Amino acid sequence: MPLSWYLLVAAVLFSIGLYGVFARRNAVAILMAVELILNAVNINLVAFWRYRTPESSAGMAWAIFVLVVAAAEAAVGLALVISIYRNRDSVVAEEMDLLKN
Amino acid sequence: MGEQTLQTMTWLIPVGPLLTFFLIMLFTKHNRTLSWLLAWAATISSLVLAWTVAFNVFAEGYHHLEEHPNVVSSAIDWLPIGDYAQGTWLQMGVAANPLTAVMLIMVSFAIVMIFIYSVGYHNYGKPRGSHIGEPNHGQEDPLIARFFALMSLFAGAMLLLVVSDNLLMLFIGWEIMGFCSYSLIGFWYAREYHLEPEAIPHIPPYRAAVKAFMTTRVADVIMLLGIVFFYRTFGTLNFSEALSAHSLEAAAHTFGAGIYHIAENGGAVLGLGAIALLLFAGTVGKSAQWPLHVWLPDAMEGPTPVSATIHAAAMVSAGVFMIVRIFPLIAVGSGPEGSAAVGWIIAGIGAFTALMSATIAVAQYDVKGVLAYSTISQLGFMVAAIGMGAYVAAAFHLITHGFFKALLFLASGSVIHGMEHGAGEVHDHHTDPQDMRYMGGLRHKMPRTFWTFLIGGMALSGLPFITAGFWSKDEIFADAWYQFSHDGSALGLFVFIMLGLAAFLTAFYTMRQISMTFFGQPRTPLAEHAHESSNFMTIPLIGLSVFAVAAGWFGIPDNFLGIEWGKINQFHHYVGATIYEPMAELYELHLVHHKIFTLPWSWVPLLTSLTVALGGLAVGWALYGRKPLQKEQKDPLIAILGPGLHNFLNNKWYWDELYEKVFIAPTIYFSEKIVYEVMDKGIIDGFLHLVANVFYTIGRYMKRTEELVFGDGVDWVKDQFLAMTKEFRQLQTGKIQEYVVVSMLIASALVAVVLAINYGWLTNLTSLF
Repeated sequence: MPLSWYLLVAAVLFSIGLYGVFARRNAVAILMAVELILNAVNINLVAFWRYRTPESSAGMAWAIFVLVVAAAEAAVGLALVISIYRNRDSVVAEEMDLLKN
Repeated sequence: MGEQTLQTMTWLIPVGPLLTFFLIMLFTKHNRTLSWLLAWAATISSLVLAWTVAFNVFAEGYHHLEEHPNVVSSAIDWLPIGDYAQGTWLQMGVAANPLTAVMLIMVSFAIVMIFIYSVGYHNYGKPRGSHIGEPNHGQEDPLIARFFALMSLFAGAMLLLVVSDNLLMLFIGWEIMGFCSYSLIGFWYAREYHLEPEAIPHIPPYRAAVKAFMTTRVADVIMLLGIVFFYRTFGTLNFSEALSAHSLEAAAHTFGAGIYHIAENGGAVLGLGAIALLLFAGTVGKSAQWPLHVWLPDAMEGPTPVSATIHAAAMVSAGVFMIVRIFPLIAVGSGPEGSAAVGWIIAGIGAFTALMSATIAVAQYDVKGVLAYSTISQLGFMVAAIGMGAYVAAAFHLITHGFFKALLFLASGSVIHGMEHGAGEVHDHHTDPQDMRYMGGLRHKMPRTFWTFLIGGMALSGLPFITAGFWSKDEIFADAWYQFSHDGSALGLFVFIMLGLAAFLTAFYTMRQISMTFFGQPRTPLAEHAHESSNFMTIPLIGLSVFAVAAGWFGIPDNFLGIEWGKINQFHHYVGATIYEPMAELYELHLVHHKIFTLPWSWVPLLTSLTVALGGLAVGWALYGRKPLQKEQKDPLIAILGPGLHNFLNNKWYWDELYEKVFIAPTIYFSEKIVYEVMDKGIIDGFLHLVANVFYTIGRYMKRTEELVFGDGVDWVKDQFLAMTKEFRQLQTGKIQEYVVVSMLIASALVAVVLAINYGWLTNLTSLF
């Protein structure tokens, strides 16, 4: 199976995730989309590792790093969303414009 | 007396009075007694010194004096001229020769008499007056110390002028006297007149002072030109050096003896005659000859001692003295190689002035006015004499005139004092105490004044044999007649006739004046209550009368009445010795018409002067003395001459009005309208205003620019900036999704650029340009 197919899948996932970041109202949904992006990136990483330098464990380590960071970041993000919800009683990203101007 | 002593004494003659001026002005101004005592001390010491020097000069004997006229001659280096290293200096010094000796005798004596008189005239000892700068009738003048200071300066300047041996120092004395005349004529500087219509016209003293100074100043400028040319011609200003026969001959060769001379290079140079005329211009001003005579009658505004000094002893004498001193120059200038015009101009002006002012004097009512015009007239006699070449006659008349005119002025001052005293007693301060129409009968009220005035008046008229004026006037007539009869000179005849008429009128108006003042009954209460003046005033009158009688006896001709009396004409032989040798040498060189010689006897001049003098006195007596004027009676002369002619004479031939129209009004117009309005305010001030306006306008524009650029401009920039930020602020919506969109867009743009560079699309694009 050629490398480009895996890259294509990753790109498609990335785009879907990107679209989700742009277009979802709910903050939690945006975070889910961010997860998608991160995972797409992960696929890219693994694909390149397997097809280019399979003997080095660098790619493998890196992918695990990304996974862990994604998880941590999702936890932090959700904690933020909960905090916002407690203050504003809403999770719609559009309404959070305190930094306006 | 040793030569050194004599030299020192001559130097010291002017010093006392000059020093007194400074002492009084600086130190003793507030102590009146000390001031006049100082002034007396100074003038009396000058008198002693002057007479000593003079008699030492005479003691040399006239034979010796003919060869060495300058008995005293001492000079110091004063001003380095030319190359300083060469050591040529302009020298100033004193000289005493017979001419200066007789002048010293007259001037110093007259001045002492006047100083004694002034103490009484200003009422020293009476209660102090309160009008400062105005005459205080009957009370002591508050400014009496200042008076003596100025008079001392005047006396010092005159003595300086007499003893000086060069033209520059003479001119210095001349100018100092000009200043003193200004300050003394205007002594009563605060006096204003409020006159009735038929009263004698007066201009305020301050204006009279300016008039005197200005008029003589005009003459002095021309004289200064003459001094400059004198120096250029002779290379020296010293009289004896410049006016020696040798020097005059050389100058006549180089510059010509006449008015002008065409030199080799075709240019015209002024000759000796022209220089003589330029210097003569100074005399025209100083000695009040026509056309510059107008200041002298108005100078009567000063106190009477001032009039006596200015118009008798000193200032006007200085004018004649100067041309007598430079006589050899005039003689060459009008001589055979010179121009006859010089003699005609000088003698013509003198004779015309003499006759003109005599005619004016007959119609004057002011007692001092008559004397003023008579002074002008007598000076005309002297000037005419010099113009004809009668050196000794002019000098003689100068000396005798100094004595009797000073006497007359002082006596008239005494009369005025008497009238003012009468005015004080009857409390009438509106009648003019100087107006002769209001006098009369003063013979009995003021006997000493009367007799001395009579002596002076007779001397002026030329009463034969017993008065000094007769001898000196007769000599002028003799010279004029000699020139006409021997040389056939028309000038001689002209002068003889004019001066004869003037002498007749002189006798006439003198008798008129004496009769109106002293004879008959008092015409007003002022004259009724007049009384004799103090001894301070009458003793000098007596002193001067002695000389008015006796001074003439030194000048009796050697061949009087055709009889050879021997060398009795002391004046002629001594004063003539001053220039005897130079004139003899010049006569040999055919540069002058006559040398100094004794005139051959002729009966014509004697008979003429007897006729005119006695005739004039007789007519005056017939008209005024036999039946003295009554109160309110009009002057009989008005009926005889007719009111038109009498008015013409009374108004002094309207010369003042003519000068006002021709010279003064245009000058005032020029200075007020043209210089002040157009040049000063219009052009100069206009230019200054223009400059100021330009700078002001520039300033305004700069301010406007600053407001625009730094004000509005900066504001505009700020507004633009704010607008820009307002646009940019729209980017910050606060919605993170939109932030993500933006960042993605930019990221993709960057990727596109990187790819383009990588694949060479960008370089392809840029190479298109």
